[in-house]
Amino acid sequence: MDALYHVLISPFVDMATQPVFFAEVVIGGLMAGVMYALVALGFAVIFKASGVVNFAQGAMVLFAALTLVGFMEHGLPSWAAIPMTIVVMIALAYAIERVILRHLVNQPHIVLFMTTIGLAFVFEGLGELIWGSNVKALDIGIPDQPFFVGGMLLNQFEIFAAVTAAILVTLLVIFLQKTAIGRALRAVADDHQAAQSVGIPLQTIWVVVWSVAGFIALVAGVMWGAQSGVQFSLSLIAFKALPVLILGGFNSIPGAIVGGLIIGVGEKVAEIYWGPIIGGAIENWFAYVLAMVFLMFRPQGLFGEKIIERV
Amino acid sequence: MLYREAGQFKTTYGADQAIFPIPQDRWVVYAVIALAFVAVPSVANEYWLQAILIPALVFTLAAIGLNLLTGYCGQLSLGTGGFMACGAYATYKLSTAFPEMNILIVFLLSGIPAAAVGCLFGIPSLRIKGFYLAVATLAAQFFLVWLFNRVEWFYNYNPSGTITAPPRTMGGFMVTGPEATAEARYLVALGFVALFALLAKNLMRGRVGRAWMAIRDMDIAAEIIGIRPLTTKLAAFAVSSYVCGVAGALYFAIYLGSVETAAFDISVSFLVLFMVIIGGLGSILGSILGAFFITVVPILLTNVPEALGLPIGVALAKQLENIVFGAMIVFFLIVEPHGLARLWQIAKEKLRRWPFPY
Repeated sequence: MDALYHVLISPFVDMATQPVFFAEVVIGGLMAGVMYALVALGFAVIFKASGVVNFAQGAMVLFAALTLVGFMEHGLPSWAAIPMTIVVMIALAYAIERVILRHLVNQPHIVLFMTTIGLAFVFEGLGELIWGSNVKALDIGIPDQPFFVGGMLLNQFEIFAAVTAAILVTLLVIFLQKTAIGRALRAVADDHQAAQSVGIPLQTIWVVVWSVAGFIALVAGVMWGAQSGVQFSLSLIAFKALPVLILGGFNSIPGAIVGGLIIGVGEKVAEIYWGPIIGGAIENWFAYVLAMVFLMFRPQGLFGEKIIERV
Repeated sequence: MLYREAGQFKTTYGADQAIFPIPQDRWVVYAVIALAFVAVPSVANEYWLQAILIPALVFTLAAIGLNLLTGYCGQLSLGTGGFMACGAYATYKLSTAFPEMNILIVFLLSGIPAAAVGCLFGIPSLRIKGFYLAVATLAAQFFLVWLFNRVEWFYNYNPSGTITAPPRTMGGFMVTGPEATAEARYLVALGFVALFALLAKNLMRGRVGRAWMAIRDMDIAAEIIGIRPLTTKLAAFAVSSYVCGVAGALYFAIYLGSVETAAFDISVSFLVLFMVIIGGLGSILGSILGAFFITVVPILLTNVPEALGLPIGVALAKQLENIVFGAMIVFFLIVEPHGLARLWQIAKEKLRRWPFPY
């Protein structure tokens, strides 16, 4: 009985008696969720356009952040280093299409998925080989001052991250829905052959998609790097982005955001209110178990398209 | 010429359905087994056994386990490390609770909890597949490692949180614990690998294996011809986790001797997955080749530059290892998605007519 009380009742009592603290926890979770969503967006864009689950997205985040820091350490100002990094990411997208994707047309999706796992290793090794493996601070002048709103402690950095994510999503949606390239991209995702037959160049589209994903990786890398330093563990956030995607639906950009927020809040609330009862540090696995349970009921995620199978 | 099977007539169904229907194959396998059991332990030194052969054998077993699930049944799993941890902690609990039980029986029993856990985490496979399933199995990986780290009962309330293999003998020889010789541990690992390779090969030749392969190739079609996805997929998870659990038990008791949960983290799962991919999905021979290949490559990468007079740092070696590993995975998937096992098959085809043009 006592254990049941601690699991089922007392956390809610705590929430109700300290609403300000609860609100702080939720907001902290939302902010963490925005950061997850930034990584998850990169996955969603590539999946939407080519049906590939790009496991290397986390490694791309690390690589982009390392490249940016590397340029800045060589004395470049941030306004010059950022475009240079974007150029590097585009070159990388081109190389990936040329060396890898071109040879894997018509392969099963699972083969492509495993290829990107290999790619992730290459990125991690390459990034550290070129730029060194020390933890590096990244400072491009994002404001980072705490302030109070109605008794709650907030941080300017978190607001900045949320605004960046919002701008990024708006840009992506406009790009996908309104521009010619965006429309071509959605056509490719729908049906490779049909898209090719109306004259859409498949290979160009892939370069564009991977470049966009590289750009998103850079944004995510800047935000994560500014928050916790540029280090190897950045590539591990890819693992956190996977349950986010599952929850939101793999091919949905709003899904990535909503999934990120749900995971972020769920994780923080579970850690603070239920964590102490069962031994703490449940952040490590909570997101996966949440996603797994969720998948049992809705395999395509919150916003995903219904999975139809034919023999 | 060397490999020509012309003139070999089979007169019984048994001969036709043998695992190695061609005598050349059979003799090579007998020779390899004899060499591994007799010649290697008397020739190889401590370093070779401890640094290369024992880990390669332990990982071979894990790769066979994963190959049953991913290669034969088509269910991608990233939870191998978690299932191995189940086996390792089960071994520790069993061998400390029943000190007089034969250690080999402990190893075999400790696969059972792993199989049960594998079944549990295999349930999502009934609704989801491919990389969705991979994410679901990540839940097993992270949850199990957390569980063994947090619940003190699993490591007998030991303040350091590590589990240490208790010294146990088998037929008068020490096989676990710090006193055991590398030769004895090597022979135990080899015995298990030989046993499970044979069992797995036979399982895959029969009804069970065919059902798994049908599910892999197209699960809806398999269901229509009367294969139950529920029992088939869960059986695949159970058997695969059992083998992985035994591999984890050997990893703990035979190879490392004392472990923390960090020894079973996500990188182990990826390592085993790479062995299966590079060796060849859906091939027992591939599991063996892949495990040896991936165990030997890092050692080569650290030793070859030194031997050539180009000393490289530990960090650089690690980074190069990452790059070479990743590039190899990509290369294999592009050039030969069926892995080393397929290369061996191609070589055999070539040997059949070599040195004649046809």
